[in-house]
Amino acid sequence: MKPFRLLLVFCLLAGAAGCERPPISAVQHGYRGTGMVELYNPRMLLMQEAINALPPVQPATSQDGPRASQVFKNVKVLGDQSVGEFTRTMAAMTQWVAPKQGCSYCHNPQDFADDSVYTKVVARRMLEMTRHVNADWQSHVGSTGVTCHTCHRGNNVPAATWFQAVDPHPGGLVGDKAGQNSPAISVGYTSLPNDPFTLFLSNNAHEIRVAGTTALQEDNRRSIKQTEAAYGLMMHISTSLGVNCTYCHSSPAFANWTQSTPQRVTAWYGIRMARDLNSAYLTPLTATFPAARKGPGGDVAKVNCASCHQGAFKPLYGQSMLKDYPALMGHPSPSPAGAASAPLPTSAAASSTSPPGTAAS
Amino acid sequence: MAEYQNLFTRVQVAGHPGAGVSIGRDDRERTRGLSHWHWLGKIGDAQIGPIYLGWLGVASLIFGFAWFEIVGLNMWASVNWDPVQFVRQLPWLALEPPPPSYGLHLPPMNQGGWWLIAGFCLTMSVLLWWARMYRRARALGMGTHVAWAFASAIWLMLVLGIIRPVLMGSYGESVPFGIFPHLDWTAAFSLRYGNLFYCPFHMLSIAFLYGSTLLFAMHGATILAVSRFGGEREIEQIVDRGTASERAALFWRWTMGFNATMESIHRWAWWCAVLCPLVGGIGILLTGTVVDNWYLWSVKHHVAPSYPTVFGTVIDPTLPALKAQGAAPTTPEPAPATAAIQVPPATPDPVATPSSGVSQ
Repeated sequence: MKPFRLLLVFCLLAGAAGCERPPISAVQHGYRGTGMVELYNPRMLLMQEAINALPPVQPATSQDGPRASQVFKNVKVLGDQSVGEFTRTMAAMTQWVAPKQGCSYCHNPQDFADDSVYTKVVARRMLEMTRHVNADWQSHVGSTGVTCHTCHRGNNVPAATWFQAVDPHPGGLVGDKAGQNSPAISVGYTSLPNDPFTLFLSNNAHEIRVAGTTALQEDNRRSIKQTEAAYGLMMHISTSLGVNCTYCHSSPAFANWTQSTPQRVTAWYGIRMARDLNSAYLTPLTATFPAARKGPGGDVAKVNCASCHQGAFKPLYGQSMLKDYPALMGHPSPSPAGAASAPLPTSAAASSTSPPGTAAS
Repeated sequence: MAEYQNLFTRVQVAGHPGAGVSIGRDDRERTRGLSHWHWLGKIGDAQIGPIYLGWLGVASLIFGFAWFEIVGLNMWASVNWDPVQFVRQLPWLALEPPPPSYGLHLPPMNQGGWWLIAGFCLTMSVLLWWARMYRRARALGMGTHVAWAFASAIWLMLVLGIIRPVLMGSYGESVPFGIFPHLDWTAAFSLRYGNLFYCPFHMLSIAFLYGSTLLFAMHGATILAVSRFGGEREIEQIVDRGTASERAALFWRWTMGFNATMESIHRWAWWCAVLCPLVGGIGILLTGTVVDNWYLWSVKHHVAPSYPTVFGTVIDPTLPALKAQGAAPTTPEPAPATAAIQVPPATPDPVATPSSGVSQ
């Protein structure tokens, strides 16, 4: 019988190979008995500590004196800052985005005002994007705000971005994957459609809400495949934030808003924010980026939830860096930059095409 | 100490294999080669054969093999015929039903056509196997209980695979052939229809599923417990209850006050098992065709409990009232583009809704 016992032990070990070893911390996050529990693996949290540590703050400087636009040439975004604050912000950006390459990653060393290096054009637009987020998307980022470091964390290109998926072998008579059924990290290693970003985070964003809004069927035409796609996006959010479904959703009724946690509203704005940034800031940079920085489909790297969150429920565990960098706090715009290319208003979309009994996402 | 032994013993007697009782016909269709396999004797009777195939069995195996090959080769093709990736990604691979935009129209081969053919082959294989079960039971003069229990499982499979999709007007509503994909499909199905746990037929199905396992455990335990008195010879016990059955009956009378009979315990088990997929299939059939959200249905009929609010007021950000109050002042208009919810154009879109059918 000994070989059999060995075989049994081997099978059990093989079956558990993909599992995380106990103990796992469970934190109650809702009314008792409803399964509203957040699970954390303390060993994985420990591994996250390093990327969530704040970099040293640049020494404070005088806000007085001449403005940057009066001293430097070709300053388009931060011209209203003092020279000291402008220089300090530039130094911080170098530390966050190009710590190895230094100023010359973006600037022509002979002429810092020169716009010939593509990274400078991109950086300027990203600066505008950061200020837009801090001013117009407080529904998602709150007063914590974001800086370049929120996404970049010392990397030239943020660690988590996305490109449009390209069918590896289009056409043919057999073997179509229907955009799913691959062990893809984008959807948490499920078999769900693995490019939820093109579907839901780009400018032609698809409907996310699929669940019925009435007890009985009243011509709700949302399909299971549509549900799988939306589910894929939710897996991305869950993976990016290191949380369970119940961080936002009520376990008895995922679609129900009044039972949801407040985090679901924040996430709802986050999805809209990602759409806005991708369509108004990143996609328009397509001609600026060199081919080497683009994806297989020729598109630029775009943001999703993981770009900022990187595995944490709040980027950098909610520590604000913005308060130390006033230059990155933009001014709320009556018609935000994203609005021009942003999707149509809800009412127009819903009245023209949405079936009865459904709300636009 | 004497070794514990009963009729379920590790001692195997290997005699001349028996071909089984002759029923006067069909004997030639039984396979000739009879043998013993010692390891099989560890869990049952060591004899292998005679197997009766017949044309029903052969046709069923051919269809089943065709299904297996269509699914398997499509999976292999989907990893570019790479044998290593085929093995590594196997749990994720699948043959998907057509995009919903095709409704009940025939899709191209690589966008659900293979799935339709594979589904047809699997259905034929299973139905032919059912007919074989039925006919072999009849040939032996038995009742057809096994066939009807099998039919219950086939009912659930057909409801999921073809009956409900046809009623919904889209083959795309059906289940993919794949290991993880069919599980993720199941979770998506529950999410789409507002939590299947609130479907009363799903509740019943679970009760019968767990009931079956409980009953099986109780019956198995009872019989093993009296096997030292010959209790496993159940058939004889029904005719002439001996001391084993008397003790088993007394055991349950002592502990529960009531006991099944040697015959009725098997009726309980049969119905518990058969009702599990039977009522489950009814629940699936009603989902989407009649009921769109089981949670809301459950609230409507006072089934779902309500829990105290612990998060304060959480309001759907799309509600017009919220916008009027200016509770979301800093954001641009956040609705998605219209393309997603439109009835799709002629080019198929994997997540778009179908252009025909009762409902989607």
